[in-house]
Amino acid sequence: MKKILKRICFIGSFAFIFPSHTFAEDVKVGLITKTETNPFFVKMKEGAQDAAKKMGVTLLSAAGKADGDNAGQVTAMENMIAAGAKTILITPSEAKAIVPSIEKARKAGVLVIALDSPTDPESAVDALFATNNYTAGLLIGEYAAKKMKGQKAVIATLDLFPGHPVGAQRHNGFMKGFGLTSLPQSSNHLASAAEVVCMADSYGDQAKGQTAMENCLQKNPNINLVYTINEPAAAGAFRALKNAGKEKNVMIVSVDGGCDGVKNVKAGVIAATSQQYPLKMAYMGVEAGVAYAKTGKKVSGYTDTGVTLITDSPVDGVKSSNTKTGMDLCWGKK
Amino acid sequence: MINTIKNQLASHSILGPFGALVFAILFFSTQSPIFLTPHNLSLILQQVMVLGVLAIGQTLIILTAGIDLSCGMIMVIGSIVMAKLVAVSGWPVWMAVSCGIVISSFIAMGNGLLVTKIKLPPFIVTLGMSNIAFAMNQLYSEAQTVTNLPSNLTFLGERINFFDGYINYGVFLFLFLFLLMGFALKYTAPGRHIYAIGNNIEAVRLAGINTTRLLVGVYTVAGFFYGVAGWLAISRSGVGDPQAGQTENLDSITAVVLGGVSLFGGRGSLFGTFIGILIIGCMRNGLILMGVPSVMQILITGVLVILAVTIDSSRRQS
Repeated sequence: MKKILKRICFIGSFAFIFPSHTFAEDVKVGLITKTETNPFFVKMKEGAQDAAKKMGVTLLSAAGKADGDNAGQVTAMENMIAAGAKTILITPSEAKAIVPSIEKARKAGVLVIALDSPTDPESAVDALFATNNYTAGLLIGEYAAKKMKGQKAVIATLDLFPGHPVGAQRHNGFMKGFGLTSLPQSSNHLASAAEVVCMADSYGDQAKGQTAMENCLQKNPNINLVYTINEPAAAGAFRALKNAGKEKNVMIVSVDGGCDGVKNVKAGVIAATSQQYPLKMAYMGVEAGVAYAKTGKKVSGYTDTGVTLITDSPVDGVKSSNTKTGMDLCWGKK
Repeated sequence: MINTIKNQLASHSILGPFGALVFAILFFSTQSPIFLTPHNLSLILQQVMVLGVLAIGQTLIILTAGIDLSCGMIMVIGSIVMAKLVAVSGWPVWMAVSCGIVISSFIAMGNGLLVTKIKLPPFIVTLGMSNIAFAMNQLYSEAQTVTNLPSNLTFLGERINFFDGYINYGVFLFLFLFLLMGFALKYTAPGRHIYAIGNNIEAVRLAGINTTRLLVGVYTVAGFFYGVAGWLAISRSGVGDPQAGQTENLDSITAVVLGGVSLFGGRGSLFGTFIGILIIGCMRNGLILMGVPSVMQILITGVLVILAVTIDSSRRQS
């Protein structure tokens, strides 16, 4: 199914390339996001455009058609290099599949920086500017554990889809933070434990998240803690819980910190979420590209762009900010 | 013995899918005590109603030997139009819903016109339309989820008690539309002509039937169902989500094929599609109840699809 889907996406993918600014400067930086439409990447592009404008360089931007569209990203990368980009910023849709193309680009002297999502292996790129997704999961895990103290946890996890490193890192971080048996950060598998009575895939989608939560409640109606991969999935889970009359007794924790998500924290739909900063990632990426063009020095290694726990009901021992701060820093429309 | 089974399968296209559904139900009920409860079964119906109504449109098109890859995206356009007109522009619900359904029908009619007037292959036309519709709904919605929908727009998602479970109004609409179209396909002249087009369009044309008008009509009616599916989608989720519907095109084709409808056109029934939808719903629900990793569901669906197409192909040859 997935394979057919990918084929279709491939045939249908038109990764458009267009220069955002045609400045006289010769420095070109390419930005390739997973999709054009996800608010997270829209914000990322804004950050890159801001930085490019300030530093007087040209930003080329493109995206895959859908999450998982590797071929579209490969095409975009080739076209950007042909257009003269010496730095490529990319949020890899497929952690492994993109690696050969990145290697080719780097051999040709292009600086490649991964934003938000790591490649597999991580060393395939020059540098990675990202939120540590494992830490993001860890924070909400620790928060939930403190909050549930003395209560027996019956957990459901609404994950991304099979085989995605971000999905595994957030999930395993949550497990570790909660004090359950978990897997290390490098693992691409989802850890399981007796307390987790249901693990289902939400594809980060609200409707699919709702269906997954409904099915989990059928499996075990006593679920009292729900981990979700992102805030749309959390909204779907809440809808399912509300329909079952259980929304009051179940805690939902999530990751992302988008404006809609923070609003939902404020409204009590989500208890806590780990906020990420896509704008910062892109800004730093363009900076690095300009530095490379001017000095020939490449950045390297992993830079954590930070993650903050957002909640209006803080617990001792886990650092957090309230939703007001969260709203000021959130991405997407307010 | 084997020949008898083959002959039976050949003459009754519904037997295979029906057997698969019965097998799935029996299997899951031995694996989980919850599976066969009215509450769980009513839940499965709620979970398949959106895909089910989409699959009605998809069935009509596949019966004419066409295919529609744009159904999910057209559905989302319909749903975003309805949600925005009500939540942002303050239109009355009935006007917004009608407008959404009409727009969906118009876009789908565009598919029909391109297929008939310019004689383009449905696969490519609808693939292109899927891209166009996707872009349109992102632009129109500014890639933002439309929230704060009033309850009279989403009343189809409201539930009434049904045995010890509950069922929502949308499920009744979904079942009603299946019955209605099933009847129309079987007992009305245009319904029979749809089958005939799938078998031999030239013969139908020579028999004096305006095949262009009929085909455009089929695509338009399919668009109507996509619009209704969009309404069901916002009723179920309570929001207008521009990111929704991305896998629904292939999911609906999967359901139609699982239900024994021939991808070559002209064979199969809406009842078959209904069975196909239930197979998908039961598997999604049953495998989670069993605690099986979701990747297994993808695997099993793939095997079933190939099996269904194999049976159909051998039936054509015999």
